[in-house]
Amino acid sequence: MNPLIVPHALLLSLALFAIGVVGVFLRRNIITVFMCVELMLNAVNLAFIAFSRSWGNLDGQVLVFFVLTVAAAEAAVGLAIIISIHRHKDTLDVDAFNIMKW
Amino acid sequence: MSLPLFHAILFYMFAAVAVGAALAMVVQRNPTYSAFALIVSLVSLAGIFGLLGSPFIAALQIVVYAGAIMVLFLFVLMLLNVKEELRVAGEGRVSKLVAIALGAVLAGEVGSVLVAVRTPVAAAFDASARAVALLLFEKHYLYVFEATSILILASLVGAIALAKRDPSP
Amino acid sequence: MSLSPVQQELAISTVKVLVIFGALMTLFSLMTYVERRLLAFMQFRLGPNRTGPFGLLQPVADGIKLFFKEEVTPAGANKVLFVAAPALAVVTAFMAVAVVPYGGTVSLPHWGWMPDWLEGRRIALQISDLDVGVLYLFALSSLGVYGIVMAGWAANNKYTLIGGLRSSAQMFSYELALGLSFVSLILVAGSFRIHDIVDSQKGWIWQWNAIRQLPAFAVFLVAATAEVNRTPFDLPEAETELVAGFHTEYSSMRFALLQMAEYINMITASAMGANLFFGGWHFGIPGVPDSPLWFIGKMLAFLFFFIWLRGTVPRFRYDQLMHFGWKVLVPVAMAWIFVAAALVLWRHS
Repeated sequence: MNPLIVPHALLLSLALFAIGVVGVFLRRNIITVFMCVELMLNAVNLAFIAFSRSWGNLDGQVLVFFVLTVAAAEAAVGLAIIISIHRHKDTLDVDAFNIMKW
Repeated sequence: MSLPLFHAILFYMFAAVAVGAALAMVVQRNPTYSAFALIVSLVSLAGIFGLLGSPFIAALQIVVYAGAIMVLFLFVLMLLNVKEELRVAGEGRVSKLVAIALGAVLAGEVGSVLVAVRTPVAAAFDASARAVALLLFEKHYLYVFEATSILILASLVGAIALAKRDPSP
Repeated sequence: MSLSPVQQELAISTVKVLVIFGALMTLFSLMTYVERRLLAFMQFRLGPNRTGPFGLLQPVADGIKLFFKEEVTPAGANKVLFVAAPALAVVTAFMAVAVVPYGGTVSLPHWGWMPDWLEGRRIALQISDLDVGVLYLFALSSLGVYGIVMAGWAANNKYTLIGGLRSSAQMFSYELALGLSFVSLILVAGSFRIHDIVDSQKGWIWQWNAIRQLPAFAVFLVAATAEVNRTPFDLPEAETELVAGFHTEYSSMRFALLQMAEYINMITASAMGANLFFGGWHFGIPGVPDSPLWFIGKMLAFLFFFIWLRGTVPRFRYDQLMHFGWKVLVPVAMAWIFVAAALVLWRHS
């Protein structure tokens, strides 16, 4: 394998994470915000795999396995919550859910 | 053409697609297009996982992330009939700039650490399913594995309970 | 001309891809004809027998007709996704063929006129022998759902949307059962490589997984039929229900692409059944040499079985379908995994 791939994969992971962060700040639709969070999780997965390859340690792979599983569980519950709040207010705009503001 | 060059070409191709699709996802106004862009990004990430010597995690990424989680997103988007996000004129231009500036600051800080760090490449790397499984079912990861299965059960029950329509009185 | 090892591998793989692509397209067009003929015979009528001898030129006539038909895009349809959906369906269908082995390895003979890196080279009769071959197939069938979801949504038609959602829900429900049926095969063979699973069935005919692991085979048969949207699980796309479901608004070449995706998925499912459950290229009697011909025969038998099923069985209602997938197939597959794991442990102790 080309030894340059590992540091460049880390930079790619950083780029994807930064794009995800900017997306969470910028977007107003709650499902899109959720998708940007998933993008950040994937960037972290890429970093884990790159480091696992770099140090030859398989713990990174096992951690990615767990991140994948927890992300699936979180997506299920998060989307169920989104469905029920949509039923309440019939909008998916993040700014509309501000009842807890003082 | 040598093997390292071939790998490098493939990596840059996948990386370009991943970043392009991620940007498309953030910029698109229609959330369904964003979902499809994210799927493209996830699949190219799986390709990069394969290049980094982890075929098992690459296949799992497509099966779990691109194949199950994103299908769930698409179902919710289509059932809720989500329209395009309306762009309110002139509002929040400053906040947009602040957001992009903060993202750039984050990228700059972490990037300066990453380019300074030394990343050796391990010589013999066996990340086949057998090797990952042997580690996964060892002592402390076995406990986490079982806990994760209970977590999935909890989220299954929770998702059904939350999304259920209240029976009309 | 001397090629580096990477370029040699690329050249050999390109030739394999072209050969298999040609064979698949031929088989696909033949299948459209054979299906109509066999269904006709089962229904005591004749089927297409006018174009060419015995109607063999029917696929050619169909192709010419589809080529010249006008392609209608419904107003208000999402143009990009409407065009991309059949393409995505076909791409995932064809990508699955890359890990299907149809023989062991052959050695090219020394003919003298070939470049020296080809003389006597051992070539595997498989485009790519992935270490996670079975997982790759599973991944591609997960991606295949998107072609249908996109097709159903992009046409801006509520019936197509319902048909698309129903079809994709059916596909990923039965995908779970399909994957679970594979797990017991992987347990016994000890590897994700399809080659290893085929070799674990070497020997006599009762060592084939269809006999040794009968519940897994039963679950696979039902789940594979549901995965490729064939009768009795073709409710989402039947002409009499929901006006042909997710491919209502497609005409001409895009419809042909969707049909091609379905047939190629069926061919891949038959090839996988032949490999994983019927011993692939092994004959079943130890003396007889292995040959791709046995594999092709088994695959054709599976395809005939799919057509036979279509001519015989009525289709499931949608709620019966989902009930069967989740409440019958998944528990049966899981129970068999326990039994298979216990047997493997007992054998190794």
